[in-house]
Amino acid sequence: MSDASPAAPGAASIPGKVTATQARATTGKRFRPSGSTVVMVLYLLFLFLPIYWLINMSFKTNAEIVSSFTLIPADPTIQNYVTIFTDPAWYMGYINSLIYVMINTVISLAVALPAAYAFSRYHFMGDKHLFFWLLTNRMAPPAVFALPFFQLYSSVGLFDTHIAVALAHCLFNVPLAVWILEGFMRGVPKEIDETAYIDGYSFGRFFVKIFMPLIASGIGVAAFFCFMFSWVELLLSRTLTADDAKPIAATMSRTQGASGIDWGVLAAAGVLTIIPGALVIYFVRNYIAKGFALGRV
Amino acid sequence: MEKTVNQKAWFLVLPVLVLVAFSAVIPLMTVVNYSVQDSFGNNQFFWAGLTWFEELLEDDRMWGALQRQLIFSGIILAIEIPLGILVALSMPKKGVWVSVCLVLMALPLLIPWNVVGTIWQVFGRVDIGLLGGTLAALGIDYNYTQDPFDAWITVIVMDVWHWTSLVALLAYAGLQSIPQAYYQAAKIDQASRWAVFRYIELPKMAGVLLIAVLLRFMDSFMIYTEPFVVTGGGPGSSTTFLSIDLVKMALGQFDLGPAAAFSIMYFLVILLISWVFYTVMTNLDKREGR
Repeated sequence: MSDASPAAPGAASIPGKVTATQARATTGKRFRPSGSTVVMVLYLLFLFLPIYWLINMSFKTNAEIVSSFTLIPADPTIQNYVTIFTDPAWYMGYINSLIYVMINTVISLAVALPAAYAFSRYHFMGDKHLFFWLLTNRMAPPAVFALPFFQLYSSVGLFDTHIAVALAHCLFNVPLAVWILEGFMRGVPKEIDETAYIDGYSFGRFFVKIFMPLIASGIGVAAFFCFMFSWVELLLSRTLTADDAKPIAATMSRTQGASGIDWGVLAAAGVLTIIPGALVIYFVRNYIAKGFALGRV
Repeated sequence: MEKTVNQKAWFLVLPVLVLVAFSAVIPLMTVVNYSVQDSFGNNQFFWAGLTWFEELLEDDRMWGALQRQLIFSGIILAIEIPLGILVALSMPKKGVWVSVCLVLMALPLLIPWNVVGTIWQVFGRVDIGLLGGTLAALGIDYNYTQDPFDAWITVIVMDVWHWTSLVALLAYAGLQSIPQAYYQAAKIDQASRWAVFRYIELPKMAGVLLIAVLLRFMDSFMIYTEPFVVTGGGPGSSTTFLSIDLVKMALGQFDLGPAAAFSIMYFLVILLISWVFYTVMTNLDKREGR
């Protein structure tokens, strides 16, 4: 009936570059809701308004924050940042956090690498149960562990040390690292291991020289997530420290309790805690989903 | 991948086992220990049997916290999952904008949790916050420190702000795995946009969405820092969730017995959800033939 339908059988079904490109072009137009850009822009706006407000506040004086309502600092000042970088009570918070976060990342990766290899390559007695048990620790609420950790580390004299927080964070970071690394290691064909063994490599040499370079991106992602989850955690790090190892997060929450809150400095401190994540996020952007989903996806 | 049986692999797992046992089993045993004993101070403990558990089951405070917790987790799931899917579908398909969107979206996920709380605490304040100030200027009566309803809204919007990107990123990863041929086939069949979503995208995303639901449920179930910073569990106890209540009990009042019993119940629930999570994960792995 209709003359010269372009989708006539046999005409358009010839696979060819031109047809494919056309199809994709029209698919794009047809199947993507025209409002997708609007949705995306609105969503990103929603995400960035609160962050923008924090940054905005960090460049204001307290007088301006409390007295007037301005979208852009009328009189931009870096005094709040100067305060943080010159007051040991503030900048030591960052140093303490960085120290225990790094210790934790190193420990977590060191023990997780061989374990993840074992889980990805071998069956052994109780492997499934062990893997599940690790998961339960990732899922365990820190609130349950706060009190026992406090008592445990106090009794062995580790209270208020960096190593105590680093070890406590291993509770969820070691399982996380094992799961993420296992997800990456499964992608490496087993033939590589076997070839290396035939070539006379010992396990240690093979693992360091051949295997670790192959999963370098996985190690990077695991390190990133260990760093991140240790960096964002507050409850345990606050419970296990008093003064010498007090993390920046605790420094911030204690300042809030004081009368007459120094909003400008608080905002500046908040902005500075966002920076480590913002700096490295670009490198792991394609693996973020995989990392948050414990190496699956 | 075919795995070989090798009992020596235990040696590779041993360091993890020792470390996690130290930081999980020993503390957990302490909790079990406290949960069946009573203390009158001076480190003197008496056998209390299951008294604490019985008391806990009749405690309105615990049930209240549990109820609020479930409502909270339910609401944030109901908002974050559809919103996350919508955002994932709205992602640009290729080009530099993909990276830009991924990086920008992931940013809230990497902010320390108490800073998330601080951001929203400031943002929502009527006197100095953009949100609170704007709402006040519009004539809406909004004060999250006084009004329980406003406090709930604030905590929920904060969680949506914080974690929707996680759902979106997972859903996006799921969408990426759909071959272009599926869309072309749908095009030939003149499928509607809804049909494409319902019969191609949703089934293909089901796996990752399940992970997203479980992760969000777990993490919202043990939420502590963010609402604690914003509302401190108040006004009254209207935003006191399980973790906040537990910490108040254990570290605030030092009620070791009840807190330990509470911890164990809490942990058992988590264990159950973890098991569901694990089963889902292993089934997904099997389905993908890994």
